[in-house]
Amino acid sequence: MKIGVLSGKGGAGKTFVAVNLAAAAGHAAYIDCDVEEPNGRLFWKPENVNSTPVNTLLPEFDAAKCSGCKKCVQFCRFHALLYIKEKPMVFSEVCHSCGGCLMVCPQGAIREVPKQIGVLEEGRHGDVKLITGVLNPGEASGIPVIRHALKQAEGLTVIDCPPGSACSVMECVMDADYCVLVAEPTAFGFHNFQMVHELAALLQKPCGVVINKQTEPYTPLEDYCREKGLPVLDRIAYDPALGKLLADNEIAAEMLPGYRERFAAIWEKIGGRL
Amino acid sequence: MKKLLLLSGKGGTGKTTVSAALVRLSQARAIADCDVDAPNLHLVTEQNAGPERFDFFGGDKAEVDGQKCIGCGSCEAHCRFGAITVENGKASVNAYACEGCGVCAFLCPAVAITLAKDLAGKRELYTGGSVFSTATLKMGRGNSGKLVTEVKLAMLKAAPECSLAIIDGSPGIGCPVIASVSGMDLVLAVAEPSGSGINDLKRLVKTAETFQTTLAVCVNKYDVSPEHTAEIENFCRDQGIHFVGRIPFDPMAAKAANEGFSVVDVDCPAGRAVRGIYREVCKILELKQ
Repeated sequence: MKIGVLSGKGGAGKTFVAVNLAAAAGHAAYIDCDVEEPNGRLFWKPENVNSTPVNTLLPEFDAAKCSGCKKCVQFCRFHALLYIKEKPMVFSEVCHSCGGCLMVCPQGAIREVPKQIGVLEEGRHGDVKLITGVLNPGEASGIPVIRHALKQAEGLTVIDCPPGSACSVMECVMDADYCVLVAEPTAFGFHNFQMVHELAALLQKPCGVVINKQTEPYTPLEDYCREKGLPVLDRIAYDPALGKLLADNEIAAEMLPGYRERFAAIWEKIGGRL
Repeated sequence: MKKLLLLSGKGGTGKTTVSAALVRLSQARAIADCDVDAPNLHLVTEQNAGPERFDFFGGDKAEVDGQKCIGCGSCEAHCRFGAITVENGKASVNAYACEGCGVCAFLCPAVAITLAKDLAGKRELYTGGSVFSTATLKMGRGNSGKLVTEVKLAMLKAAPECSLAIIDGSPGIGCPVIASVSGMDLVLAVAEPSGSGINDLKRLVKTAETFQTTLAVCVNKYDVSPEHTAEIENFCRDQGIHFVGRIPFDPMAAKAANEGFSVVDVDCPAGRAVRGIYREVCKILELKQ
């Protein structure tokens, strides 16, 4: 069973919920797909981490074979190729590695070479298998890193998603069996929560809500959940002690009484057998 | 016109809260929300007339003509994005996975595939009082960098003669952030005093260095962890980054936003701290207050 944890708004508590769900499950896999800012590893502190590079493919030109016909430049819909000073040039940041330029080159002057854009880290924390996708700063798209990371899903898997509701989030939950939506009970939190719920609904994923950092109930959010028939899996009150623990990168289910049981109860509600 | 961009690396640190407050304090006449995945600035900026709306087209998407498709599977075999599947002798496209490269259309022996424009979001421009440019990306769509660039350009084109533009950015360090950074005079990073916040701030600094932008940092909810706040200040000192202030945790901040106000509209500790940050930002940008 694969659970996607998402929120729309950043800082709502995705990593907090995802890490603690995996910790409460005990035997589980945790995949950090927030490859721009992967923070799960700060909490898990895995040992013996095994890193493997994640590459994409970039075209490389054999100048001796290139006839200057520019068929590749015309074909590339991402404007990643330019023909300047009698020479083809690649703009790697916008190349999607589709392989089209190779296909259209009548001279066979193009081959593909790997370019590293990030790493995949694999480690353990007790019985939890930890997978972290890390995008190199300066790279535009983390999608190839996310795809590599998701291939490591195994048994009960918790997927820590990026914020927002764009293509990278879609990629993360495409194959999920259930989506846990972490909502911040504020105007900003609620607006982005609706967007991410729309995305999960579009993919016809069963969803449940964890309301986090609640000081008082935010009526529009409560009404929305009721109207849409969205089960509220838990309400976690704003608690300075919990905030401090998280700032210090500790796992609540391991350090604070009652949290393991609390997250185990969420598993029960969503039908995951521990 | 000086252009100030707010970023954070980690999400939820208070970018939009600080943006809205700076807009109010500076009376900025040019404003943009570049967090096209999760825009919120419109919830706290006052507009006295409805916006002009524009469609945003991202990348194209492949479309299969079922009449012409012979089910040969060449498209499926060569699609690097797993966007095409052939079932019962006919190819179909998953529009969410399709990146619009055109390889399938090029290879199709039956000329059954074309690439069509794809509506990927909507952009809005308010010109009633100050100019406010914003947009919303459609669910699950890519090309957010392209949309960010359009939002910025629309603001610059419509903006009146004024001294400061304020742009609210997105979390992370990827495509929309990179697109928002170009042409900025100052990036103000709103940091969170936590292990995660520091880690993300460092990755953001690395990304900004690639683009050689001037950086300033403030810490929000600093009293949640004075130790981490001190660590951020030390980091800034070591890196030669302007440190422009600390904002205390203040329940008034969320309360104000929920009511559609900015945190400087009410007299509260967080509001006073943001006023101090605004003075520092003006010094760096050499602006009159």
